[in-house]
Amino acid sequence: MATNMLKEKYSGKINTVTLGATKEQGGTRTSTVTVGGESTMPFLQFEGDMPLKPVVAMEIQDINPGWHPVLNQVYAEVMDCPVAWAKKCVEFGADMIYLKLAGAHPDNGDKSPEDCAKIVKDVLAAVGVPLIVVGCGEDEKDNAVLPVVAEAAAGENLLIGCAKQDNYKSVAAAAMVHKHKVLAASPLDINICKQLNILISELGLAADNVLIDPSTAALGYGIEYTYSILERGRLGALSGDKMLSQPVICQVGYEAWRAKEAVATEEDFPNWGNQADRAILWEAMTATGLLQGGAHVMVLRHPEAVRLVKKNAEELMVKAEI
Amino acid sequence: MALTGLDIFKQLPKTNCKDCGSPTCLAFAMAMANGKASLDMCPHATEAAKENLGAATAPPVRTVKVGVGEQEIVMGDETVLFRHDKTFYHPTAIAIQIPDTLSGAELDAKIEKVNGLVMDRVGQKIAIDMVAIVNASGDAATFKAAVEAVAAKANFALLLAADVAGLEAAVPAVAAKKPLLHAATAENWEKVVALAKANNCPVVVKGNGLDDTAALVEKVAAQYKELVIDFGNTQQAKTLAEMVNARRLAIKKKFRPFGYPMLACTIATDAKEEIVEAATYVAKYASIVCMKVDEKPLLLPLMAWRMNIYTDPQKPMTVESKNVYEIGAVGPDSPVYVCTNFALTYFAVEGEVVASKIPGYIVAVDTDGASVLTAWAAGKFVAEPIAEFVKNIGIMDKVNHNTIVIPGYVAIISGKLKEKSGYEVVVGPQEAAGIPAFAKARYPHLMK
Repeated sequence: MATNMLKEKYSGKINTVTLGATKEQGGTRTSTVTVGGESTMPFLQFEGDMPLKPVVAMEIQDINPGWHPVLNQVYAEVMDCPVAWAKKCVEFGADMIYLKLAGAHPDNGDKSPEDCAKIVKDVLAAVGVPLIVVGCGEDEKDNAVLPVVAEAAAGENLLIGCAKQDNYKSVAAAAMVHKHKVLAASPLDINICKQLNILISELGLAADNVLIDPSTAALGYGIEYTYSILERGRLGALSGDKMLSQPVICQVGYEAWRAKEAVATEEDFPNWGNQADRAILWEAMTATGLLQGGAHVMVLRHPEAVRLVKKNAEELMVKAEI
Repeated sequence: MALTGLDIFKQLPKTNCKDCGSPTCLAFAMAMANGKASLDMCPHATEAAKENLGAATAPPVRTVKVGVGEQEIVMGDETVLFRHDKTFYHPTAIAIQIPDTLSGAELDAKIEKVNGLVMDRVGQKIAIDMVAIVNASGDAATFKAAVEAVAAKANFALLLAADVAGLEAAVPAVAAKKPLLHAATAENWEKVVALAKANNCPVVVKGNGLDDTAALVEKVAAQYKELVIDFGNTQQAKTLAEMVNARRLAIKKKFRPFGYPMLACTIATDAKEEIVEAATYVAKYASIVCMKVDEKPLLLPLMAWRMNIYTDPQKPMTVESKNVYEIGAVGPDSPVYVCTNFALTYFAVEGEVVASKIPGYIVAVDTDGASVLTAWAAGKFVAEPIAEFVKNIGIMDKVNHNTIVIPGYVAIISGKLKEKSGYEVVVGPQEAAGIPAFAKARYPHLMK
């Protein structure tokens, strides 16, 4: 068979990163999630290893975010209670829970760091899967909240963020002290992405404690930029660039559910047809498209999109005889 | 291996006569290396150069066309494995299957439905590209009847999927439409290829995996070169690996048997799973994806994905800057929104102005297709150029007020813009999504 194959030889590989910690490892998780480890481009197992499949984190928030009606329909009964919401997501097959502390925002309730830490503890107590915790997006407040959360959840090996180019020290330091992983976010720019990873590693946090959020643009609204940055980053990692070798997380749900094609009703756009179907596929397609670029963790909202993305990843993980 | 500009330059006449349109022979050589120019543009090239360069600069993937007139689809002619290296040129054609077991009213209804798979998004018409008539009945006469019925009414190019008897019955009658024949296999290729050749139609060569298909293509290509390759999809991961290998071999090794466009049929049976399956093939080199799903809300995301992947990364999509855009039934009271001519920026604003239900004018300042903050950082979306642009386009003559709305992210320019232009400058929301609330609060009297 080898006569018609062209196998690339890569020198580097993606870091292998484990999130969550079980009782034996000092945490309380009943399962952990490990991602990365590839020595090939996505799903091309004929020329390298792809030991671990991509995973799905489902998004919840500490306050009712008033999402799109198609989502509200699914979560109506749990959106006011992060604990019940997290449990529901695990029922839907979430490998991880992504908890956004939106209520910490000064304009959105201004919850204290202690209140935020309690919510994180409550969610940890309610579900056994690993947790991703991100702040409200307001730098100053997040710098106050995230260290307290990191301390309260010490030992749980959270993925905590976001660290940004101009605001990374406090979250990276908190992660270092309390042994969590850091989510490093850059604005669709591979140079800033790499620079941020260098800055974090210079603080003393080893490169394999970081996951990259390259900024996800939704399908139809710039996804090709994210896709090409993922491909370039992956090619960089495979050629041995340690500061691009971190696994990648894509915040798909937030972006996909802002797209006009997901949000517009059938009444306003009769030519686009059934809204729920197209909204769910808008999310699923954003994720499956980016899987081809090399993403590791997909943050999703709708359970049907979760099913479709998992199914797609499963089909592509089959080690094919060619 | 593609030649470099310097390799090509060595073979050129070095006259620097500019007859080719490039300023120098070296510039022409670079343009050729990038696929932007061809040797026949140089009137002074020697025969030896034509011979040497002709073979070496031949495209790695052959261009194959299906259909005629407005229905024509151009496939192949790709040069890179990653879109960021240059661009992907010819978007994947989406073919929707119609089984020939439908007849009469059922068939008519299906054709009508498939013909209707045309939508608008971000100002562009997007549609499926092909109708695939499948010989599910196994009967040649039934297939012929279905093909003729579809050919008479379908608005898209045709793909005919049948065995030898079915194809022989149906092809001659619709040959003028230049359908794509599916498929020449190890068992029937001599007959199918002879039929394709006689009717001047492209034909799919369907093998079983890489080696088998390469061997079959070699035999077929000796007689006929209007080919499309199908590796016989039975497993998504396998088809992905095969298409990646084939395209790599064609581009990096000039391996001729794989130097043709490729076709993949989806295998998932659930309609939504079929769509996400197709995403892989669109990203990874398929020129045609043949599918069963025929619902607009499901195909819209796939078409958007295709549009995105095939966007030229070197050229941002722009909208025409010469016009003032009128959204809804505008009047002299209507607000004037200023944004950039980057297509995504413009359409985000347009969509929200529509959603606000308050008619408005949009001025798309020419920023060479940069978004608001990018253009601001580059000095293209700051006070002077905006003031000048708004003045020249004459929008303020159409309204009875003196106010323009600028994006919230460039609030910092508002003072200077007011000073330079003399307009009342209102700072709008940062995100286009805030426009409806902004407009309702500010212009309640204009609500429709």
